[in-house]
Amino acid sequence: MTRVLLTAALLVVFVAAWQGVASLDSVDDLTLASPVETLDALRDDWSLLWDNARVTLVEVALGLAISVAVGVVFAVAMHLSRPLRDAAYPLLVASQAIPIVVLAPILVLAFDYGIGPKLAIVALICFFPITVNLLDGLRSVEPGLLKLMRSLGASRLRTLRTVELPASLPYLFSGLKIAATVSVIGAVFGEWAGADEGLGRLVLLGNNQLQTPRVYAGIVLLTLMAVALFALAALAERLACPWNREERPE
Amino acid sequence: MSTKVEAPVPEPLSLERNGVELTGVSRSFGAITALEGLDLRVRPGEVMAVVGPSGCGKSTLLEIVAGLQEPDAGSARAGAGPSASSAATRRAACAYMPQRDLLLPWRDALGNAALALECQGVARAEARRRAEPLFERFGLADFERSRPAELSGGMRQRVAFLRTLLPGRPVLLLDEPFGALDAITRGSMQEWLAGALLAEPRTVLLVTHDVEEAVFLADRVAIMSARPGRIVATLHVPLPRPRRLTDARLVELRAAALEALA
Repeated sequence: MTRVLLTAALLVVFVAAWQGVASLDSVDDLTLASPVETLDALRDDWSLLWDNARVTLVEVALGLAISVAVGVVFAVAMHLSRPLRDAAYPLLVASQAIPIVVLAPILVLAFDYGIGPKLAIVALICFFPITVNLLDGLRSVEPGLLKLMRSLGASRLRTLRTVELPASLPYLFSGLKIAATVSVIGAVFGEWAGADEGLGRLVLLGNNQLQTPRVYAGIVLLTLMAVALFALAALAERLACPWNREERPE
Repeated sequence: MSTKVEAPVPEPLSLERNGVELTGVSRSFGAITALEGLDLRVRPGEVMAVVGPSGCGKSTLLEIVAGLQEPDAGSARAGAGPSASSAATRRAACAYMPQRDLLLPWRDALGNAALALECQGVARAEARRRAEPLFERFGLADFERSRPAELSGGMRQRVAFLRTLLPGRPVLLLDEPFGALDAITRGSMQEWLAGALLAEPRTVLLVTHDVEEAVFLADRVAIMSARPGRIVATLHVPLPRPRRLTDARLVELRAAALEALA
């Protein structure tokens, strides 16, 4: 409870400071919209903002789903095959060095304005923390447990299914929480490169048309989206691995 | 603990020729020689305890018998038949119980006990069904649905025992099974195990650093030297069962074992 109050207090301080800076004469209204103007924009343009937010949300959700699927397949394959892990790890890291801003327009050129390029970019950013975290989880399973499974005559696949995967679920969720927060940025990049709709596109358009309050309203919505996705991943973790909390009491 | 323990397997075990035999076993890890020229024989149906100082290679010895490791030199046999020296046959003949209970925290007690059967290809529901009637005999009634985190140390250990015994393998390998328990729980668990083995004899190789536990439970006690480990003496414990820890002859044997260790 105190944590919630503290967060609220920090938020109030931040908004107050924002309002204060925005009210200064030396600050151009076109550069910085005040919280009050942003709220007004949220209210006045709500249906426009909401329609575009839904588009972005679908891109983010589908992109995340793809990253989880790809991340789990990559992590399990790399866990089962040592040569594959050694060979693929550098490429995995290299994939994160790809400048998305440069890649996005190329993808749009190749796949047009549809949802495809957005999903590709979200997935490209998000599969990485999921793969790396899950792989760490799979590799950190108690060696004694693996010995026990071997002595019980368990096949490799059964050990993976009954011991290694459940044991690394908390790691998978850690990766998912990181992915959830950066997924929104991926969708915005995708939309900037070329899109008919979406919050990212709306923000870009608003910027060009000097509708600063609408830009800020869009940013607020994108931020809320990332926070909500993070909270959702945390909740899913609690529901999926209740034992993780029992085992490690605070 | 007066819990009566009956055979967890419906069909009687054949102990015939299901012994353990190590001949000239050596095992090194890098520059460290864990075992060197170790000979050990456990007769079918016999309870053999191995005691030795910490780090003398007791666990390595047990893992070799269990078929989890191969010796660098010498031979290891467990179970019956001409193929008893292959690691796969040793794994199939031995029920191995590691030092810690290693229960899966996301499974309830019943699911943990059933794990061993599932690994043999029994369907999960069927494995749970077969494990359930044994909970009462193991003093675990009403805790079938409890997660390991909700169980006491002694109960967790009994679930681990149940998991170990369920597949009905003839050779039981115990690696300091009560080392992690407090003294009072340890005493009652030792009595419980003695009763369980009396009700259903198995070939047992018990590794421990507790001399008292060794003479209380075993037919013979092998004394192991510090690294590199080898058997330096073997004591017979010709006492009838059930035994009492306060029995004067047991106390005497304990002193003899401690002397051999020194």
